Amino acid sequence: MLDLEFMRLAFGAGIVVGLLAPAVGFFLVQRRLSLIGDGIGHVAFAGVALGYLLDFPLVLTALVVSVAGALSIEGLRARRRTAGDQALALVFYTGIAGGVVLVSAAGALNVNLFQFLFGSILTVTRSDLFVIASLGAGALALIALLYRPLVAVVVDEEGARVAGLPVAPLNALTAALAAVTIALSMRVVGILLIAALMVLPVIAAARVAWSMRSTIVISMGIGLASVLTGITTAYYADLPPGGTTVLVAAAAVLVTETISVLRG
Amino acid sequence: MSLALRLEHVSFAYAHGTPVLRDVELEVQRGEFVAIAGPNGGGKTTLLRLVLGLERPTSGRVEVLLHRYGYLPQRAQTGIDAPLTVRELVGVGRVPRTRLFGPLGHGDREAVREAIDRVGLTPQADRRLSTLSGGQQQRAFIAKALAGEPELLALDEPTTGVDIEAQEALAALLVRLRDELGMTILYVSHEFGAVEHFVQRIVLIRERVVFDGAPSALPGVWHDPSHVHA
Ligand SMILES: Nc1ncnc2c1ncn2[C@@H]1O[C@H](COP(=O)(O)OP(=O)(O)OP(=O)(O)O)[C@@H](O)[C@H]1O
Ligand SMILES: [Mg+2]
Repeated sequence: MLDLEFMRLAFGAGIVVGLLAPAVGFFLVQRRLSLIGDGIGHVAFAGVALGYLLDFPLVLTALVVSVAGALSIEGLRARRRTAGDQALALVFYTGIAGGVVLVSAAGALNVNLFQFLFGSILTVTRSDLFVIASLGAGALALIALLYRPLVAVVVDEEGARVAGLPVAPLNALTAALAAVTIALSMRVVGILLIAALMVLPVIAAARVAWSMRSTIVISMGIGLASVLTGITTAYYADLPPGGTTVLVAAAAVLVTETISVLRG
Repeated sequence: MSLALRLEHVSFAYAHGTPVLRDVELEVQRGEFVAIAGPNGGGKTTLLRLVLGLERPTSGRVEVLLHRYGYLPQRAQTGIDAPLTVRELVGVGRVPRTRLFGPLGHGDREAVREAIDRVGLTPQADRRLSTLSGGQQQRAFIAKALAGEPELLALDEPTTGVDIEAQEALAALLVRLRDELGMTILYVSHEFGAVEHFVQRIVLIRERVVFDGAPSALPGVWHDPSHVHA
């Protein structure tokens, strides 16, 4: 399997995505913004459509459009503090509607959209992998560097404000990181399922972890294992890797839940 | 003594609401330990939030001359379901004293250890917060407020759910912090218990400042400060 170039590329992208998605997802889950990943995923779809229309690399257009979408969700949320779900709904539906309109305008409704929705092991190119690896490493480094202030905002947003932390920029950064993660993960896991890879490993890890730090580390391990198992299964069984990956992550939640119940 | 904070003709209403505070005048000196009392809905929490800059006055002026704040919100433990340990929580409270980037330094970790020790949670330091009792969680939040070595410490009903022994320990600790570090302390509570003997000044809030003076000067009708009937 690994002597195939496309599989090596898929695994390379999968490793980055498997580690990054839960690391970013952790901060979304703790802020009860688990569904923001879904919203941004829909916006990324408009980005893909725009890429077709302009004949640009799809990862890049998806990246730009999702970051813009994520920042507008965060901006709307921050301004009208209680209406987070409404902000999400607005951006969510605008994204998917814009995507459909743009895709038809590009005359590309016949392209294989399925692979963007649920991922594909055949489509990661060398230049995709380069973008995924460099931006993925950059995002992980940023999280490591800003770990303490990011945690401070998650644990107690008002306390962080009182302490003088730049809360709004940190929240915007979290949203932007989520958008980058989604755009990078699109090829492997697909737009409709990427949010699950950001959330499920974190839920699984929190059941068995003994601290915040260990939750993040364990969730990254679960994310990585899910993607690698998912891609392998997808290869042998000819299935979309997004589906297999997320099923493995969901199984991890069941397993850790069982462990924590057995422990009492 | 020098001025720590001053409220001048401060009025405040929440959005679309009736005024919660009217024409509040208050001056606090550095190193003062001020108890704030009053009935439910009297505006105590709102007053702290104005001082901390979490709300802006509708009219009037709030001036705070101190820089590092420690804040214990009312009912702080609700909403914490993040899988963090006591040490991680208290580490968050150290944030005002550290750089934005990178891990806590040696001195910071030492300060965190000390804050945990001060509230008597050293044996539980590496346990998940969610496995502690309500009173232990409250103590962890007190340690968080202390960890940044604040100049202004604002505690909103810190002894809710905390046993008498810990209340006395907290009172003694606050007095020590005030004496040794010159910390200015705003302490909101309904029942002062142990702290009553230590504060020089009590402020009763019911939309306005209805009493401001020594606890011993409190008029008889107000002796139970949680039931102020004007
Ligand atoms: N976020 C809010 N939005 C609208 N009104 C509020 C808000 N918070 C408080 N209030 C109102 O402001 C008034 C003062 O509330 P505040 O919380 O300051 O009282 P308090 O003295 O701290 O009371 P308690 O003893 O119950 O803690 C109350 O009438 C309350 O209904
Ligand atoms: Mg209150």
